[in-house]
Amino acid sequence: MPVTDQVKLDDASKLGSLTKKITGHQGMVIGSVIVFTVIAIALLAPLLAPHDPYEQDLMKRLLPPFWDSRGSWEHIFGTDHLGRDYLSRLIYGARISLLIGIGAALISGLIGTIMGVMAGYFGGRVDMVVTFLITVRLSMPVVLVALAVVAIVGGSLQVVITVLGLLLWDRFAVVMRSSTLQIRSMDYVAAAQAVGCSVSRVLMTEVMPNVVNNLIVITTIEIAHAIILEAALSFLGLGVQPPLPSWGLMVSEGKDMMLFEPWLITIPGVALFLLVLAINLMGDGVRDITAPENRN
Amino acid sequence: MAGETASDADIEAIRKLYGFDRPILVQYLDWLQRAIAGDLGKSYYFRTDVSTLIGERLPTTMMLGVSAITFAIVFSVPLGVAAAIRPNSIIDRVALFLSVMGQALPSFWFALMLIILLSVNLRLLPTSGSDTWLHFVMPTVVLGYYAAPAIMRLTRTGMLEVLSTDYIRTARAKGLRPGVVLFKHALRNAIIPVVSLAAVQFGFMLGGSIVVETIFALHGAGFLAWESITRNDLPTVQGLILVFSLFYIVLTFLADLLNAWLDPRIRIS
Repeated sequence: MPVTDQVKLDDASKLGSLTKKITGHQGMVIGSVIVFTVIAIALLAPLLAPHDPYEQDLMKRLLPPFWDSRGSWEHIFGTDHLGRDYLSRLIYGARISLLIGIGAALISGLIGTIMGVMAGYFGGRVDMVVTFLITVRLSMPVVLVALAVVAIVGGSLQVVITVLGLLLWDRFAVVMRSSTLQIRSMDYVAAAQAVGCSVSRVLMTEVMPNVVNNLIVITTIEIAHAIILEAALSFLGLGVQPPLPSWGLMVSEGKDMMLFEPWLITIPGVALFLLVLAINLMGDGVRDITAPENRN
Repeated sequence: MAGETASDADIEAIRKLYGFDRPILVQYLDWLQRAIAGDLGKSYYFRTDVSTLIGERLPTTMMLGVSAITFAIVFSVPLGVAAAIRPNSIIDRVALFLSVMGQALPSFWFALMLIILLSVNLRLLPTSGSDTWLHFVMPTVVLGYYAAPAIMRLTRTGMLEVLSTDYIRTARAKGLRPGVVLFKHALRNAIIPVVSLAAVQFGFMLGGSIVVETIFALHGAGFLAWESITRNDLPTVQGLILVFSLFYIVLTFLADLLNAWLDPRIRIS
């Protein structure tokens, strides 16, 4: 039948133009390449790491990286103050950063999206309560509260993920609320309501698909945000605890020796910077491609 | 608090003294009642009133916050305006590049890099303390760069929008000098959302100064927060969180007032 052929053609060209848009967006390409490389490194860490990231060898303390004249290829990025291979710690550290970023963004995304969509869709009293909660949350100093909670409960990967997840939902709620407000006044929502669709059906099939682009953009921002915050908490000694190879913790452990062995802080710092930069570039790319009118 | 070798009776006495023997809710309500009256309790570690303790440390943090937000505005508003005048020019691209870079730079790492470069290699600035204005230069830059990208982007978008309006075209058409059009007509309208953003960012900065103050050993409220957290000095931590939250609320309120003053349309509604 010619009609199905037509549909097929349309689909193909749509997919083609999307691929073209993605590959034509410089930032998106650079960002995605770095992000997917880091994800691959994190997944394949046991295969890629040349040494055990926890194995100490006090005879080989503070070896310089390969570009130094005293460096060797056995420890490409040198060793830290306990003689642990720096490259291996860096590779395993990617797991921690990604786990924290994605975990915290999932929790906060769930909380923020539910609150924002409810407030935007129902309005009235629900909106008032949600707006109040957002204001309360915004007035709390994030770093201070996170540090205090971690200090009381004790630092572990799960605690840091939970604390950050419970603190970073504000942007999700704000953006989801305003985009749901916009969608709610559309004719197709009124049509769905008139046909007699249940609230949950309207939310899932009419509202959610139209706010999902914004959701993706905010998710990338918050993943990057959580990764930076975890590094800052670990740097202050109240985040992920040793001997875990968190990048922030590596900077913290290296800072006392930074005058003579600056690579101890430059290497994990550059890794952190590149990952966060790449995630932000990807987020900007998604926004430019899906909703150019929201460019800020 | 009682020490490693304390007897059971000593521990019990201390529990009574600080009121730890009461239920959590009672302790909280008691704290709340006193806090409303301005009494934030006594610090476990410093053994002085939390309010005097915070009062002593706040000026340093305020000074850092004010200089950081000034730095951020002075740096990013002109850049945002310049970028908006010629979109996609070299200046626009440099501004975008700086803002993307700035957002990805972890502040603690940026601070350490500045110390290595400016203090250790070039020997220009002191690394820690708060004695002279030179001690505030690096903390100001580190804290200020954090707010700069957002302010710059908002200035740029606002200017782009305003510059394409009819009244700007009219102003140009009647032969006003470009400088007058730009600053008197355009910037005044574009700056309104930037004012509230700057106020919010200022509030975040005061709360975020904890990282910067710890690295540069600036003895402000942020450093006090870190000290108290590592010493389990709960009344001080509680007091600081309250003070920082209050600052944020006051600042957003001031931003609303300032907006009304800048924009007559808000005043009427």
